[in-house]
Amino acid sequence: MSLQGQQSIGTKTPLIPIRKVLPWLIACGFLLLLPQVFPSGAGLTIMNQMAITIVFALAYNMLLGQAGMLSFGHAVYMGLGGFFCMHLLNQVEYNQLYLPLPLLPLFGGLFGLIFAFLIGSFSTRRAGTVFAMISLGVGELIAACSIIIVVFFGGEEGVSGDRTMGPQVFGFDFASQLEVYYLTAIWLVLAALGMYLFSRTPMGRIANAVRDNEERAEFLGYSQRNVRWISFCASGFFCGIAGALFAINFEILTEENLNLATSGSILLITFLGGVGFFVGPVIGAVVFTLLQTVLSLYTEIWQLYLGILFVLTVMFFPSGLTGLIAMHFRPWNLSKVGLLIRPYAKIAGPALVLLFSAIAIMEILFHARHSSIGSEEMNLFGMTINSHSPVPLIIAVGLLLISFFVVRKLAPGLLDAWQDANHQERET
Amino acid sequence: MENNQPTPAIELRNLHKSFGLAQIIQGVDLAIHKQERHAIIGPNGAGKSTLFNLITGKYVPTAGGVFLHGENVSGMKPYQINRMGLSRSFQITNIFAKMTVFENIRCGLLWSMGYKYSFWHLVNRQRNVTDRAEEILQQINLLERRDELAGVLTYAEQRALEIGIAIAGGADIVMLDEPTAGMSASETSYMVDLIRKVTEDKTLIIVEHDMGVVFDLADRISVLVYGEIIATDEPQNVRESAAVQEAYLGTAVEEAG
Repeated sequence: MSLQGQQSIGTKTPLIPIRKVLPWLIACGFLLLLPQVFPSGAGLTIMNQMAITIVFALAYNMLLGQAGMLSFGHAVYMGLGGFFCMHLLNQVEYNQLYLPLPLLPLFGGLFGLIFAFLIGSFSTRRAGTVFAMISLGVGELIAACSIIIVVFFGGEEGVSGDRTMGPQVFGFDFASQLEVYYLTAIWLVLAALGMYLFSRTPMGRIANAVRDNEERAEFLGYSQRNVRWISFCASGFFCGIAGALFAINFEILTEENLNLATSGSILLITFLGGVGFFVGPVIGAVVFTLLQTVLSLYTEIWQLYLGILFVLTVMFFPSGLTGLIAMHFRPWNLSKVGLLIRPYAKIAGPALVLLFSAIAIMEILFHARHSSIGSEEMNLFGMTINSHSPVPLIIAVGLLLISFFVVRKLAPGLLDAWQDANHQERET
Repeated sequence: MENNQPTPAIELRNLHKSFGLAQIIQGVDLAIHKQERHAIIGPNGAGKSTLFNLITGKYVPTAGGVFLHGENVSGMKPYQINRMGLSRSFQITNIFAKMTVFENIRCGLLWSMGYKYSFWHLVNRQRNVTDRAEEILQQINLLERRDELAGVLTYAEQRALEIGIAIAGGADIVMLDEPTAGMSASETSYMVDLIRKVTEDKTLIIVEHDMGVVFDLADRISVLVYGEIIATDEPQNVRESAAVQEAYLGTAVEEAG
C-alpha cells in the first residue's frame, strides 16, 4: 500500500489531514444515525454491547497487536474497573456522592490503570510465554477471589446498582436506553481516538519496536520491561473504561465479568478481527456480538459456528477478517478488482450451498440428539423436516459433497484470477 | 596532552567471563582512547563477540569491570549503557523488519532526542525527528528507499541501515560487530567508506574478519586469542609482530597484503 515517494520530502502536512479525519467523521455520523435505523430496545442493547466490546477489544489489541503481548487474563482489568464503578454508583445512590454519570468511565479507566500498574509491575518483566502464563494465573486468581471475597464482589449474585441516581446532566438522567446509547457512543469514540493516537506517539512506536525486536530496542536506550509495562497500563486504562460502560449499561457485574471465558473470548474477538490492524478488533467485536446476540436467537449451537469461524480464520486468514478485506486493496489500487468479480460470482453459489448444507447437517444432528422425546419435527431454513428420518440428512450430506467437489473444482480458477489481479505490469 | 592522561572512552580492567566451566574471557585489560578507531581481531571462538556483549551490557562480567568514560558500567542494562552514549550494531542483521526504513532510523532517534516514553507527542508531527532521520538516511544513502519495509532491502542495504540505526542516537562510542560480513568486495569497500564517514569524530570499536577492512580503518588493533589480548598496537606493528603472526594472522595478512 505504501507507494514509493508517496510522502516526498519537504511537503508540509496540514494540521489536520482530511484523509485521516474522514473515517472518524463517517464513524461518528454512523453512530449518530444507528438508533434511527434500529430504535428498538433490543437493537439499542445489542449496539451498546457492541460498543463496549469494541472498546475492550481495542484495548486488548494495544497489548496483543501493538506490543506483542498475549494476555490470557485480560477480563480482570475490565471486570475490576466495572466492579469499582458499580460500587461508586452505589455510593452515589446511598451516600450522596456527587458524581455525574458521564464521568464514571474516567474512574473506571483509573481503576483499570491502577490494577494494570500493580499487576504489570511483575507480569511485564518478561515477554512471551512467561507473560502469558502469569496473566493466566492472575486471571484465575482474581476470578477465584470474586467468589470468595463476597463483600466486594457480591459472591454469586454479583454487585448491582442503579445508574439513574446521580445528578442530572443537561436534563438527562440516563433512565432510557437511548440516552445510555449516546453516552456509550461518545465514550466509544473518545476511547478509540485515544487508543489510535496512542499508537502514533513515540511510546506507541517503540511498543511496536519492542514487539518486533526487543533486543534491538534495548540497545536504542529503551528498557523493554518499561515499554511493556507502560503499554500494559495504557491497555488497563481503556479496559477499565469498557468496564465502566458495562456497569452503566447492565447495572450489574458478576464473576462472569472476570472469568477466563471472558478473557478467552476477547482474545478470540481480537484475533478474529485481525491483530495487525487498528480497526481489526472493531470488526471482530461487531461480528462476535452479532453472532452472540442475533445468531443465538436462531440456533442453540451458535458457539459451535463461532468456533468453526475462528478456526477457519486462524487457519486460512491469520491476519483476520480485516486482513481478508485488506487483501483486496492492492487489486483495487491496480484497478483490477474487475478481474475478481466473475470468479467470485461463479464460486459464490456452490460455496453458499456448501455452507448451508454443513449447517443443515449440524442442526439436524443436534436436533436429533437433543430434542425432547416425541418432538421429531424441526424448522430448518423455513422448511419443516423430520430430524429423526435419515432422508434430510442424506440429502444434506449429498449436497455437501457435491458442492464441496464443485468448490474444489473452481478454486484453482479463483486463485489464478487472484494472481492476475495482484500482478502489476512493470512500467518503463 | 601527555601530562594529564585523558580518561579513556572505554577501559576494560581484568575482565573475566565464564559460562559454567568454560572461561571465555580470561583477564582482558584494554584502554580505548576517545576518537580512536579500534579493531578487535582474533580467530573464531576467541571471544570477540562475548567481549562485545560484555561491553554493551548484554552479559554481566564474572569478574573485573567495564568503564565507560571512567564510570563503571558492569552490571548495567543495555539501555542504561546506551543512554551513556554507547551504541552498537549486530553481527546478524538486527533491524525492525516490519517497519519502514524511515521508522527504523526514527526508533534509533527517539530516546536521544528526548521523547523517551512520551505518549503526549504525535510522532509524525515532530519535524526535528523527521528532519534528523532524513539526514541520516541521506548519509547512509537510503533516502530513496525511505518508505520501503526494511525487510525487503538487499543484504548490503540492511547492513547499512543497521549502522544507520546504531549511529542515529548520536552516541559518541559506536561498536560494530562484523559490519562487512558476507559482502562482496565492492560492497565491502563501499561499507568501509560509509563507516569512516558516519563515525567521524567518534570512538569506533569494530570486530572484523576482513583484514583489508581492519588495516584500512583502524588506528590500533587488539588481537584476542583464547580470551586474552596478546597484542594491542598500531596496524603496522601488529602486522610485524611475531607472536601475532604465530597465533593467528599468518596467512590472512599475506592475503590482505
